[in-house]
Amino acid sequence: MDVSMTVNGSSRTDSVEPRLLLVHYLREVAGLTGTNIGCDTSSCGACTVLVDGESVKSCTMLAAQADGAEVTTIEGLADGESMHPMQEAFREHHGLQCGYCTPGMVMAAVSLLKEIPNPTEAQVREGLEGNLCRCTGYHNIVQAVLAAAKAPAGAGS
Amino acid sequence: MTAVDAHPAAGGVVGSRLLRREDPALLTGEARYVADLQVPGTLHAAFVRSTAAHARVTKVDLSAAAAMPGVVATFTGADLKDEWAPLPCAWPVTADMKSPAHLPLAVGKVNYVGDAVAVVLATSEYAARDAADAAVVDYEPLPAVVDIEDAATDRVVIHEDLGTNVSYTWELDPDRAAVDAAFAGAAHTVSGRYVQQRLIPAAMEPRGVLVVPQPFGGDYTVYSATQVPHILKVMLALTAGIDETRLRVIAPAVGGGFGSKLNVYAEEVAALVLARKLRAPVRWVEERSEGAQSTIQGRGQVQHIELAADADGRIKAVRVRIVADMGAYLQLVTPGIPLLGAFLYSGVYDVPAYSFSCTAVFTNKTPTDAYRGAGRPEATYAIERAMDALAAEVGVDPTEIRRRNFIPPEAFPYSSVAGLVYDSGNFLGALDKCTAMAGYDQLRAEQARRREAGERVQIGIGVSSYFEMCGLAPSRVLASLNYSAGGWESATVRVLPTGKVQVVTGTAPHGQGHETSWAMIVADRLGISPDDVDVLHSDTAIAPHGMDTYGSRSLAVGGTAVYLATEKVLDKARSIAAHQLEVAEEDLDYAAGAFSVRGTPEKALPLAGIAFEAFTAHNLPDGLEPNLEASTHWDPPNFTFPFGTHIAVVEVDTETGAVRLTRYVAVDDCGNQVNPLIVEGQVHGGIVQGVAQALWEDAVYDSDGNLLSASFMDYLVPSAAEVPSFETGSTVTPSPTNPMGVKGVGEAGTIGSAPAVVNAVVDALSGFGITDITMPASPERVWRAIRAAQEARS
Amino acid sequence: MIPAPFEYRRATSVEEALRMLGDGGEDAKLLAGGHSLLPLMKLRLAAPSMLVDIGRLRDLSYVRDTGDTIAIGALTRHRDVETDPLVAEHAPILAHVAGQVGDPQVRHRGTIGGSIAHGDPASDLPAATLALGATFEVVAPGGAKRSIPAADFFRGFLETALAPAEILTEIVVPKVTGAGWSFQKFNRRAQDWAIVGVAAVRNGSTGIGLVNMGSTPLRATAVEEALAGGASVQEAASHAADGLDPPSDLNASPEYRAHLARVLVRRALEEAAGSSRS
Repeated sequence: MDVSMTVNGSSRTDSVEPRLLLVHYLREVAGLTGTNIGCDTSSCGACTVLVDGESVKSCTMLAAQADGAEVTTIEGLADGESMHPMQEAFREHHGLQCGYCTPGMVMAAVSLLKEIPNPTEAQVREGLEGNLCRCTGYHNIVQAVLAAAKAPAGAGS
Repeated sequence: MTAVDAHPAAGGVVGSRLLRREDPALLTGEARYVADLQVPGTLHAAFVRSTAAHARVTKVDLSAAAAMPGVVATFTGADLKDEWAPLPCAWPVTADMKSPAHLPLAVGKVNYVGDAVAVVLATSEYAARDAADAAVVDYEPLPAVVDIEDAATDRVVIHEDLGTNVSYTWELDPDRAAVDAAFAGAAHTVSGRYVQQRLIPAAMEPRGVLVVPQPFGGDYTVYSATQVPHILKVMLALTAGIDETRLRVIAPAVGGGFGSKLNVYAEEVAALVLARKLRAPVRWVEERSEGAQSTIQGRGQVQHIELAADADGRIKAVRVRIVADMGAYLQLVTPGIPLLGAFLYSGVYDVPAYSFSCTAVFTNKTPTDAYRGAGRPEATYAIERAMDALAAEVGVDPTEIRRRNFIPPEAFPYSSVAGLVYDSGNFLGALDKCTAMAGYDQLRAEQARRREAGERVQIGIGVSSYFEMCGLAPSRVLASLNYSAGGWESATVRVLPTGKVQVVTGTAPHGQGHETSWAMIVADRLGISPDDVDVLHSDTAIAPHGMDTYGSRSLAVGGTAVYLATEKVLDKARSIAAHQLEVAEEDLDYAAGAFSVRGTPEKALPLAGIAFEAFTAHNLPDGLEPNLEASTHWDPPNFTFPFGTHIAVVEVDTETGAVRLTRYVAVDDCGNQVNPLIVEGQVHGGIVQGVAQALWEDAVYDSDGNLLSASFMDYLVPSAAEVPSFETGSTVTPSPTNPMGVKGVGEAGTIGSAPAVVNAVVDALSGFGITDITMPASPERVWRAIRAAQEARS
Repeated sequence: MIPAPFEYRRATSVEEALRMLGDGGEDAKLLAGGHSLLPLMKLRLAAPSMLVDIGRLRDLSYVRDTGDTIAIGALTRHRDVETDPLVAEHAPILAHVAGQVGDPQVRHRGTIGGSIAHGDPASDLPAATLALGATFEVVAPGGAKRSIPAADFFRGFLETALAPAEILTEIVVPKVTGAGWSFQKFNRRAQDWAIVGVAAVRNGSTGIGLVNMGSTPLRATAVEEALAGGASVQEAASHAADGLDPPSDLNASPEYRAHLARVLVRRALEEAAGSSRS
């Protein structure tokens, strides 16, 4: 079947198997390998992308379901040469080590700040409940998200 | 303190919170992990795995699989048995250690759920998965050996040719009579039986391998999600029978390891052999629930520890007997893991008599091997739990029992009764700082108040004073433990003609930030910007010598090698500078990236200029080779011994048994710190892995040997919502073992944290008369313990 | 990780969906947000031959004031239930529970109808609808409609009163404006299913729904009856597990679940009493 969607601002149409998961579509068909796969039970959030502006686990969605949608992956977050404020905040606060959970974590955090622009620490922790990281112990991730919320550029945008 | 993105031009780089250069690629999706590599014509492998823990394989029928669309080839273990040697075990701890042959694909018999029996190759991952599902394997079940104490009885022997389930017994018994005498004369004795549940390492990146052959060039490029590209290359050459010079191993971006990627796996060997056989690129990427069984697990011990102490609670002897679960086979360093803890069951205490033995057994479960801390968290848990028991026995506070027994700072270097020489330490300093940060006395007062009031939610305060041996380490000592590899590390530092510096390291980072830290070491020494230092690693064609990254060894060994190679480069540069400036070397000063003549600072040569001179070689001192480059292979004289004290505060809902970690205070001493930002990150992550062992994670097997917690739905890796922010601090006690005075910090957090948390849980429940909770301290376990205690009292 | 192959159909209306479902036969399944079904398919624990995607039927995504009730379209996403002002005012427990389902990503895709139609005993929203005394509107092929009270809807493990060819279109919730309520969710990680959960709504009489205490979402009828008979909260809560057969898994034995149910029902009743504005 054919699916059409806008990925990081570019529209594309591809012929896919109905069972193709969105994450495989993005990685294998669109060639955007920044979105990672960390589990097979919709638990880890490594594959989180924005669909129509909201965080979604792209392993739990068929490419067919995203037909007509606007999808943003980690590759689409930076503005030209400049990283997104959330990406900058993660770097500034050492919110990543191996980097594997990072794209999903960043996308989840961007979506979180859209819904709660000035979260408390508890709200950040609850808001990232669907994303697992094995390296950082979350301490610096939480610091990064709290800092991004205070960034002038508005990390939720 | 805030992190810096500035680029100090000279000196002062080491010790600063420099932001990581690794991050932009990782933050933007630009970094490439194995699964991200796309090579045209790649065949995707899927393994058919045993669903039985212990069974004879009576039939493997791949005909339906072979007929599926997109399938290119299928193989059973029998088809490939002549293509490879058994998988390697590099740590035969005793001469008579028993080790079963472990083929990448089982032939005739399977020994754990997940043991691979066949492989299919297809043109897509989807087609390979469909085909693997279509394979038909018949099993004739045998009784499964699951419990490790049961395994030791040989009621059922797993590997018939070995005749027993006991792989080895290893003893460290320097003076048994002294131990017996100490126990006979002890005013206090305590004993504990502790269970180290199996853990699933769960690096966020699942394993994966891609082998790209060049059939007519004869070379094979192996991309693997590994911590050990160098070890892997040697072992692949030996196991697959391929000339080592025809192999190049690359570890691209690697998404964490924690020991689980310190191995030589069936899938890596199979991908190489299949690429050779099919003359095509072969790729395999693990699924998470598959990896729970096909990647090694950690821990898996039953520990018996006894302490003998005098009337004041001063320890006179420690006696330890453990049974360790090897799983179905011995992987790369499986049998050695208990030995890495064997010397440490006396903890940070001045113990005059010591006895340790380990019996290692096979079970019908996934093999165990190194997982963050590897042997040392187990040892630390046992002694730190036992210390709390001793405090209760003697009737003093847990901090007081520790103070009474610490090895005093003036005793270093300290020769332990177990035979190690501890490099440096100030255990009391870390404890004092940690209790002060925690507000220990106020916490105790709050605890007393709640207990007095009979409140439903009680608090517990848990202390753990840990240390560990890391920086593996002196090759001769490793030899005495029968470890097959050396403990050195290599480094090359070259100043390029343009003055930029290239560092080649034998370490293989997978999240630790070596590119940043190594650049800092070199920049600091050379007085240049770290931006001018490039760090190359994890490709055996670029960095041919290396012992890779594990065991908190990279800074103390690999970082030191980088430091020493930099010194050599400076020495050579000094020779050239002296020659060109026509002065004696002793008359030269070096600062801010340039040599100058003492007293005549305008006579100077920058390092970049010297590098160009070395490159053109037009005017070098007689006998000096061109180019400004030096290599070193550093084999340290000793391990390093980081230490610290951690305090955990928990709330326990005594009605439901729910435990909530409310505060965590950690003071760690890893000697001098190259980059405190990275040190803290390592501590944070380490803490959560230890907390997770204490409260959540458990690889649970049923009595038939089925892993019940194979997915992230059932294996409870915590999220941000389950843990608090941490209060961290440090003390600095430099190691005399290496010139930078550094230790290691990769595993410290994990080693210190599990006992701190369980001590806190038990402390919260001590009012009920509860003295132990088995890990993980699940709500039901806590509730049952409370109920049993209440019933026992009524 | 990879589902088995299936035929995919996308419906543009409820009528078309019903027809497609009929064409697909026994093995056809409806796909709404997909957050109950796709995880099972990825592990190949479910392998429907056909998926009828109703995710585009946006006219089934709404919250409406219908007098004494509010009506929620079956395809309303958890996030939209969580943040809807009508729900917040007239059935705040439902907004709260919708915000407890899974994690934010799940709540952005999962739908209230999908959650209820799946009928998982460990799921949060069914228990809330039981406590509220909600009614489910269902349409059959040919357009015949019927209403099923939540209390009659959950029949067995992942089995509901929905016939294979029927579609759940709307959840009708009585307004309980100002009523006391509580949702107690006990789990080990925030993202996990409840080990035991309790939803209580105190609006004159008290309705209590239980999560993960049997093979279906359940009403705590023994507690409700005890309260109606004048029992104290403490006494009534002690009946929370009466006659139930709670499941056993890695997190909890049946005995522990029964204990948790008694504790959590008591806490829920206490909190509901405290939060009442009436």
